[in-house]
Amino acid sequence: MSKLDLSRRGVLKTGAVAGAGLALPTIFTSGASAFTNEPGDSSVTLGFNVPQSGPYADEGADELRAYFLAVEHLNGEGDGGMLNTFSSKALDGAGILGRKVEYVTGDTQTKSDAARASARSMIEKDGAIMITGGSSSGVAVAVQALCQEAGVIFMAGLTHSNDTTGKDKKANGFRHFFNSYMSGAALAPILGSNYGTDRKAYHLTADYNWGYTTEEAVRTSTEAIGWETVGTVKTPLTQTDFSSYIAPVLNSDADVLVLNHYGGNMVNSLTNAVQFGLRDRVVNGKNFEIVVPLYSRLMAKGAGANVKGIYGSTNWHWSLSDEGSQAFVRSFGTKYGFPPSQAAHTCYVQTLLYADAVTRAGSFNPCAVSEALEGFEFDGMGNGPTLYRAEDHQCFKDVLVVRGKENPENEFDLLEIVEVTPVAQVTYDASIFGGELGSCNPGA
Amino acid sequence: MDGFILQILNGLDKGSAYALIALGLTLIFGTLGVVNFAHGALFMIGAFCAVTLNRLLTLSYVTEDPSRTDFLGNPAKVETPYVVDWFGESVGLAMIDWVVPLAILFSIPIMVAVGLIMERGLIKHFYKRPHADQILVTFGLAIVLQEIIKYYYGANPIPTPAPEAFVGTFDFGAMLGFEPFTILYPYWRLVYFVFAVILIGAVFAFLQFTTFGMVVRAGMADRETVGLLGINIDRRFTLMFALAAVVAGLAGVMYTPIISPNYHMGMDFLVLSFVVVVVGGMGSLPGAVAAGFLLGILESFASMPVAISIIPGINQIIIYLVAIVILLTRPRGLMGRKGVMEE
Repeated sequence: MSKLDLSRRGVLKTGAVAGAGLALPTIFTSGASAFTNEPGDSSVTLGFNVPQSGPYADEGADELRAYFLAVEHLNGEGDGGMLNTFSSKALDGAGILGRKVEYVTGDTQTKSDAARASARSMIEKDGAIMITGGSSSGVAVAVQALCQEAGVIFMAGLTHSNDTTGKDKKANGFRHFFNSYMSGAALAPILGSNYGTDRKAYHLTADYNWGYTTEEAVRTSTEAIGWETVGTVKTPLTQTDFSSYIAPVLNSDADVLVLNHYGGNMVNSLTNAVQFGLRDRVVNGKNFEIVVPLYSRLMAKGAGANVKGIYGSTNWHWSLSDEGSQAFVRSFGTKYGFPPSQAAHTCYVQTLLYADAVTRAGSFNPCAVSEALEGFEFDGMGNGPTLYRAEDHQCFKDVLVVRGKENPENEFDLLEIVEVTPVAQVTYDASIFGGELGSCNPGA
Repeated sequence: MDGFILQILNGLDKGSAYALIALGLTLIFGTLGVVNFAHGALFMIGAFCAVTLNRLLTLSYVTEDPSRTDFLGNPAKVETPYVVDWFGESVGLAMIDWVVPLAILFSIPIMVAVGLIMERGLIKHFYKRPHADQILVTFGLAIVLQEIIKYYYGANPIPTPAPEAFVGTFDFGAMLGFEPFTILYPYWRLVYFVFAVILIGAVFAFLQFTTFGMVVRAGMADRETVGLLGINIDRRFTLMFALAAVVAGLAGVMYTPIISPNYHMGMDFLVLSFVVVVVGGMGSLPGAVAAGFLLGILESFASMPVAISIIPGINQIIIYLVAIVILLTRPRGLMGRKGVMEE
């Protein structure tokens, strides 16, 4: 049987114990963060995870240059770049939510395990609140999954596979770069109008995730305009000499070769194809043509004169004349002495978009940031009006169809824009690639 | 049939590169007993000799052309190579055009120096160490060399085209009575194959018909006895290391128009070349050459769509598959000598 103590001392004791008990959860939570790596009052750390070694090291170096420039502009240094043209005016050059932007860098080595390790280190040891970067879809998918688990935002750099915002999409991951589907949808009409609709295509495809989705996208879109696919061959990612893969093309009935290759693969396969005289051939009464679905200026430089007249697609090009592009090219070119690549552009834009989303949300909480990015419409960043689609966290904007320039005026003048494909033509249903976005994870 | 011939031709030029690298590897192993995993890096350094000469020949002075603008809207900068100023436009531009053949001369002293420094500076300290130590140190050296190249030249491939006179294809189809344009083969690949045959022949002739070569062969057979005769066999073996470096370097120089040089190209060839050496027989020079061409041709056939459709992935495993079969049936390789790496 209990005995109620109503004395003054008893009431005080009971009250103290009860008060302490009620206050306990608050004591624990007030000292803990509401989300992973909640920044202090003075600075915030971003993690730039790019290939600093390995085959895409040059692209990684260009991405880093763009990140450094973005940090300068966010902190109010330099000429402000795209902050002056960005349709959202939330950013004022005073850091992010009044905190100075700092950064740490990691080397992905273009390997998924190395990329995850460096991203983990930046999150756990350096306190990075956001991870961004990458020049490979395999890496992007792996790091995106890690960021989802860790409760930080991942702003993808150069990753073109449908899977990044398709079957492997995550609530904490966002991609500004375009994808394989968009390349196919943009390219096919141009190929049809330039090469005709009665064509036989032969695909050489890099034997990994990005190659598969690109082949599928280009096949689907070109078959839709009447082309026939007469052969598809997967080539090892480590292949350097593609002569033995190109020789069968000579003996096939194909009159178009589609090189679903990127990086060194693209440089070598295109060089080999031109060496074997494919472009001088006439098959089925038509000139033989080569198509490179994803172009990069850095890779075009490696292929030299072999890119002349060859069609492909790109996310952005420094020769665009809109205000945003020109502002970025001016900032980047003045600082580094050469124009930025598409990889640099997407990384710069992603950094600004993240900072802007935090500012509009008024919080670094990944879920608040995610909410601010979802369905966000903006302009002035070099691609015209753009939507960050809420359903899959993929940006939708115009896509550039480009062609290797016949008479370049300087070493950077390698590609010419043939068409700016309107966003409506490259938009697709978010459900077609499967995958579940899941729910945002704030971590902590 | 035309596809068959074309794949043989493809295999010959690929096999040429394998054979040249494997020849150098075998020379070093046969003379110094060293398993040199840095040999692919020598191939890569040779290729970058061509890149370097190209940069030297295209060193330019800059003038401004106010009639044009650059990407920032400033007056465009026009670069004029010094060689054009010094030797006139026709000679200067011809030198730039013929950079790859010129790089053969440029690379020989460089490769000799690299070979001697590598052997005297590092590898000689590992002669009496186990093969595992040799592999580790030379593999480490290969990584260091490729990182140095990457630091100075970047990670992206650098186009180094063949002379304009060799751009284009030879129509074997028309020559052999097939339909024209069905067996097209690039001129430069033919040049590469002929060059490889001449270089391999020159190395064999050097070993077979010179006193120096005779001593080296004697040293390979019985190092101790040759030493007892008062011959400084170590010095000759060091020179053989330099010769192997030159062979690998020249193979790299001439390969640059086929594959744009990049810092990783040595590693790409190294593993396959080791398989070639093992298949040919450790220490056997003719074996290395024969296996190089054999595996090059087999790899080409395995890349045909019909082969891939029958055995998916055969293009990626054919060389290793053949190596397994040959080693199971002939444990010393095609032309391996008894006693080599068997102690």
